[in-house]
Amino acid sequence: MIGLLGLVWQWLCSSPDASLPPPSKVLSDTHELITQPFYDNGGNDKGLFWHLLASLKRVALGYTLAATVGIGLGVLVGSSKWAMRALDPLFQVLRTIPPLAWLPLSLAAFRDGQPSAIFVIFITAIWPIIINTAVGIRNIPQDYRNVARVLRLNGAEFFTTIMLPAAAPYIFTGLRIGIGLSWLAIVAAEMLIGGVGIGFFIWDAWNSSLISDIILALAYVGVIGFLLDRLVALTGKLIGRGTVSI
Amino acid sequence: MKNEYLKIEHVCKTFGKGETRSEVLRDISLEVAKGEYIAIIGHSGCGKSTLLNIVAGLTDATSGYVFLEGREVHQPGPDRAVVFQNHSLLPWLTVYDNVRLAVDKVFRGSKSSAERHEWTLRNLELVHMTHALKKRPGEISGGMKQRVGIARALSMSPKVLLLDEPFGALDALTRAHLQEEVMKIHAELGNTVMMITHDVDEAVLLSDRIVMMTNGPAAHIGEIHDVNLARPRNRLELIGDPTYIAGRARVLEFLHKKSHYVEAA
Repeated sequence: MIGLLGLVWQWLCSSPDASLPPPSKVLSDTHELITQPFYDNGGNDKGLFWHLLASLKRVALGYTLAATVGIGLGVLVGSSKWAMRALDPLFQVLRTIPPLAWLPLSLAAFRDGQPSAIFVIFITAIWPIIINTAVGIRNIPQDYRNVARVLRLNGAEFFTTIMLPAAAPYIFTGLRIGIGLSWLAIVAAEMLIGGVGIGFFIWDAWNSSLISDIILALAYVGVIGFLLDRLVALTGKLIGRGTVSI
Repeated sequence: MKNEYLKIEHVCKTFGKGETRSEVLRDISLEVAKGEYIAIIGHSGCGKSTLLNIVAGLTDATSGYVFLEGREVHQPGPDRAVVFQNHSLLPWLTVYDNVRLAVDKVFRGSKSSAERHEWTLRNLELVHMTHALKKRPGEISGGMKQRVGIARALSMSPKVLLLDEPFGALDALTRAHLQEEVMKIHAELGNTVMMITHDVDEAVLLSDRIVMMTNGPAAHIGEIHDVNLARPRNRLELIGDPTYIAGRARVLEFLHKKSHYVEAA
């Protein structure tokens, strides 16, 4: 299938006045980038590996924060009717704000690109995590709650033995949506803040009219986004002990 | 009454307020002796499960009291272990861990880890489930799940064992098998048991007294029948036993005649 698409692409872009390069040209143009991902000439002139690593670092930091705070808030909203009524409308409004709309505000607040990008990841990934966790907590069957009450489990015991495993499928759905959004947001955010990062690399390539470089970067972004998603799904399977089926 | 062990005193329960208010239980009083096996029987929706939940402490009575060994019951606790109708095992824990969770919680202060392990195995042995220790609830049959549910309840060494239609969801053969085992366990351990059921044969076979509830709304105790059959009881030998037949007839008559008019209301 991929081979067929490649052939169609080759055929469509092989005329001399085509605006996009055919795959054969992409490969020959980016040959150096593909074979030498680790070069480092200082500044922003680095191999793709370093750009991707920088982006992944930002995502890792922002996403970890979002997962921690998101699950915490989700548990709060899911277990308390009061918190639910107070916070849910706020979440519903905030979650519709596009990731990049937060960027100017966070740049103004942090006065630096690095924390701003991480904040954008955080604020983008947190909503599905909060909302799915809360739904998961609310949907814990009454039976399990009754078992906990007969056993007189205390708050901490209930949280670890009943709440987390029972809500795990929902929590991991939220975490998967969150990692996908994080990766979407980081590329866009890096285009604006500059520095090292795959988003900046794409923007830089565009400014230098290196269309082949852009295509190669997009392929990497897609594959890594896919791998991140699988990673979270796999973690869910391991931690959910059979309750998470994705 | 003999030495009262579990005492239910003038328990009423109403749900809702104002227009939607519905009275479920009206003035239920019952005394259960230590080691006694009580069955509570009635039509679906008559509030028998509500009564069990009140004894378990899972639901609060609107008025009235429940006493266990002279102490008033306010909240749920392992001294009134419940075997839930749908087993309520935690699907992410193995058979062993489901029981061990209860054992750990109840005996953390009084038994060593090795003793708690032994105790977990002993209770699973009572219900013949030691062959599936590492299995998850999703991997065993409905009858087996209910056995594990019983083992979990027994492992708490409860003062009263509360069975909420424990065999209702099982096929007739599995049910008969489990009934035998519950009788054996009851003979061996002498537990005080309160069982909700809608199966007349089960009630007569297993219990010392059968409490018959009228139909709701505002269900109350209609009649109480003493089952004067010697133990151990054998299902096949009892088929022709006059006491068994009479007991069965009395409960059936109550369920189908005396409580019938309420249903129409």
